[in-house]
Amino acid sequence: MRRLSVPLISLALTLGAATAHAAGEVNLYSYRQPFLIEPILDEFTRQTGIEVNFVYAAQGMVQKIQAAGANNPADAVLTADIGRLDALRQADVLEAVDSPVLNATIPAYLRHPEGLWFGLTTRARVALVSKERVAPDELGTLADLAEAKFRGRICSRSGKHPYNVALIASAIARDGEAAAERWLSGVRDNLARRPQGNDRAQTKGIHEGVCDVAISNHYYVGKMATNEDDPEQKEWVQSVRVQFLDQQGHGNHVNISGAGLIRDAKNRANAVALLEFLVSDDAQRMYATVNFEFPVKADIETHPIIEAWGPFKADTLSLQDIADHRAAATRLVDKVRFDAGPGG
Amino acid sequence: MSGVPPGRGRRLLPLDGWTLIAVLIATLVAVPIVSVLVTALGATDDIWRHLFTTVLADYVGNTLWLMLGVGIGVVGIGTSTAWLVTMYRFPGRRILAWALLLPFAVPSYILAFVITDQLEYAGNVQSALRSVFGWQSARDYWFPEIRSLGGAVVVMSLVLYPYVYLLARTAFLTQSFGLFEASRSLGRGPLASFFTVAVPLARPAIAVGLALALMETLNEYGTIAFFAVPTLTAGIFDVWLNMDSIAGAAQLASVLVAFTFALVLIERASRRSRRYHDTTRRVQALPDYPLSAGRAAAALVWCAMPVVLGFGLPALVLGGYALTFYAETLAADYLDYVWNSLTLAAWAAVATALAGIGLAYGVRLSSQRAMRGLAEFASVGYAIPGAVLAIGILLPLGAFDNAVDALSRTVFDVPLGLLVSGTAAALVIGYVARFLSLGYRTVDSGLARVTPSIEGAARTLGASPARTLLRVHLPLVHPSVLTAALLVFVDTMKELPLTLILRPFNFDTLATFVYQYASDELLEECALGALTIVAAGVLPVILMSRAITGSRPGHGRGTAW
Repeated sequence: MRRLSVPLISLALTLGAATAHAAGEVNLYSYRQPFLIEPILDEFTRQTGIEVNFVYAAQGMVQKIQAAGANNPADAVLTADIGRLDALRQADVLEAVDSPVLNATIPAYLRHPEGLWFGLTTRARVALVSKERVAPDELGTLADLAEAKFRGRICSRSGKHPYNVALIASAIARDGEAAAERWLSGVRDNLARRPQGNDRAQTKGIHEGVCDVAISNHYYVGKMATNEDDPEQKEWVQSVRVQFLDQQGHGNHVNISGAGLIRDAKNRANAVALLEFLVSDDAQRMYATVNFEFPVKADIETHPIIEAWGPFKADTLSLQDIADHRAAATRLVDKVRFDAGPGG
Repeated sequence: MSGVPPGRGRRLLPLDGWTLIAVLIATLVAVPIVSVLVTALGATDDIWRHLFTTVLADYVGNTLWLMLGVGIGVVGIGTSTAWLVTMYRFPGRRILAWALLLPFAVPSYILAFVITDQLEYAGNVQSALRSVFGWQSARDYWFPEIRSLGGAVVVMSLVLYPYVYLLARTAFLTQSFGLFEASRSLGRGPLASFFTVAVPLARPAIAVGLALALMETLNEYGTIAFFAVPTLTAGIFDVWLNMDSIAGAAQLASVLVAFTFALVLIERASRRSRRYHDTTRRVQALPDYPLSAGRAAAALVWCAMPVVLGFGLPALVLGGYALTFYAETLAADYLDYVWNSLTLAAWAAVATALAGIGLAYGVRLSSQRAMRGLAEFASVGYAIPGAVLAIGILLPLGAFDNAVDALSRTVFDVPLGLLVSGTAAALVIGYVARFLSLGYRTVDSGLARVTPSIEGAARTLGASPARTLLRVHLPLVHPSVLTAALLVFVDTMKELPLTLILRPFNFDTLATFVYQYASDELLEECALGALTIVAAGVLPVILMSRAITGSRPGHGRGTAW
């Protein structure tokens, strides 16, 4: 990691820009936290000799790339969901990649039709249900969450979180806005409390008896079950069972962590090499074992905790289709006052 | 009292060197704000109609309730504790005089996490209640919702009251107590005299502290997201990131700017109606009233409570985690993060204090009302969420860099690339734009206490404005300047959104390192980093306390704290 030297701050003025163009490197803007992704990037550097310059952001990547214009130093972006990728695509800062490796490895519904973005892993938005208070056949579909029998029994994070926005967008894409609105209003009425906290906090809610069903990304189960730093979380996760939804129908909604190449990238070849590495067996295995994500590549062994759930049927609705309904989904959350909680 | 210093007639040309400097500073710092306002001119489809018919009332309502709650909280805690430690003798008072500033060093999202951790179902408080009363689950009893508007008010009051405390204490220390004594001897009780004499005298200072605290309340995102309280700032991020409308987000940010102007106008009005300068050179020793045992204990508890909750508790919890998990943080280039944070904070502090002096002094010398207006405009950056301000900086900076690059290519055939964008210098520019309000307001309120007749005397004796500033004003207001620099230092250590967006590749500070975990509510892994941010604020806070104690001539020299 670079360290800033006091007398050199003005020198950094002149050198900061220059270092970004040297050969043998790739410059990465990432919405994914460095502690998740660094081991994989280190492996890439070890195998190829290409250095990865990295900066993590929470927002503002689109504007940062646009403001830099022709001098933009970033070559590629990494994101934790489809929403951020689609925002970059809409801003027209992504460039299509036509890579036989990427096209052959990643199922079509998990990449942009013209190669503007690629899914690298999937994350299923599942129901976590109380082992004690929810019968095995009580909940089967996403639609069930709006049923009256779940009144006061559901926990969720904010409807505005990108993971929930994508889930709601998938409902709009499939059933239309009117049906999605009826469904989302029903889920809101079934909430046990005002939406709050992150996905882990919802599992905790079940553990504490606040609710019986939580909407959550699947990998948090693995992370909590192996959390040595905060063993309390191992207890929370003991209270829940993973329930994939719509297994008899269209399959469980999945989101992606993904990547894209930035227009006019200075290190284009290295950036494409990085993207291709991220779907290699090594990288896919690391995603699956370190962070419990589902590989996009077939036949990769994942973590025993995930393997124990057995195979599940994923919804193969195109992620671009889902992304096209993000704005509508966001507005729907406002309209039904989802975040105001059960009282509406 | 007229705004024109004596000894200075009307001129045909209102521009002199100091006015020019002030105009230059204000204009540069105003660029990002103008850039946000220009962005707001973009088309936004029907976003406003959507917001108006759905959640806008919630956003505005939550914002106003939050401001009201935090306003009452910070004035109540800040003023009462400042009065007690300044005027009364009770055990622990000397320590509390500076310790009351400590919560300022704690990032509010950290305090939010720690307090929630203690008060929620699995926390120590409810666990204890359950074991005492034999309750089995959350359905057996009622406990107030922690992740709520009330929770946000408590947490933000606890980290923001030091602004009011700092300025109120400075005002109390520099007040002449003749009036208070007169009120007492005429038979008014201490409480009545406090409200009718001391508080009105300190009102301008309290108003500045309140304005700063409320500006921070307006721009706060991390804490309100944690407590799930949708304010206007939450709306900005939703429109920006989920509806992909940067123009709509900039329009909502413009509403925040309007809120801020309202605040500034109210603050100005409260100063205009009563303007005080030190008119006596003779300052009596502080009264140092003794208290009965019961009252002394009450004063101790009251003054210790905000320190314990706002600093002791988070420091203890972080310390506990840090002892267990220090290895993770140390393995992750911890020393580099510390160095980067300290260096940036020092640069930001010096740059912002200098800009604050230049601006405040230029405003004082200028006879133009427009000058003050420009200064106020330049300092509203404090109320805009850091991420939005960062976008306001990115666009003009990128345009500047690309223009310089194009020029260099044409004239010298040398490509320069991005000269400033994506460097540490861009970060320092960002901090000055964000924190100028602290520098300007703190120095300005110090200058306001210097009577123009002193200045008139210096100028009549032939001193230039620069010499008057160096030889007359700075010696009188240097505690304010030091306070401004230290406030910016501590705030920069904590600053997150702007740092995340503007920093170079492979470059992390303590705050950005902590955030990648804290954003996932994983505080244990980054506890040492968070604890270091808090610890780095302790020394500045002590220095600040010494500076303001020293601002009272002849007060407790040598044993100031």
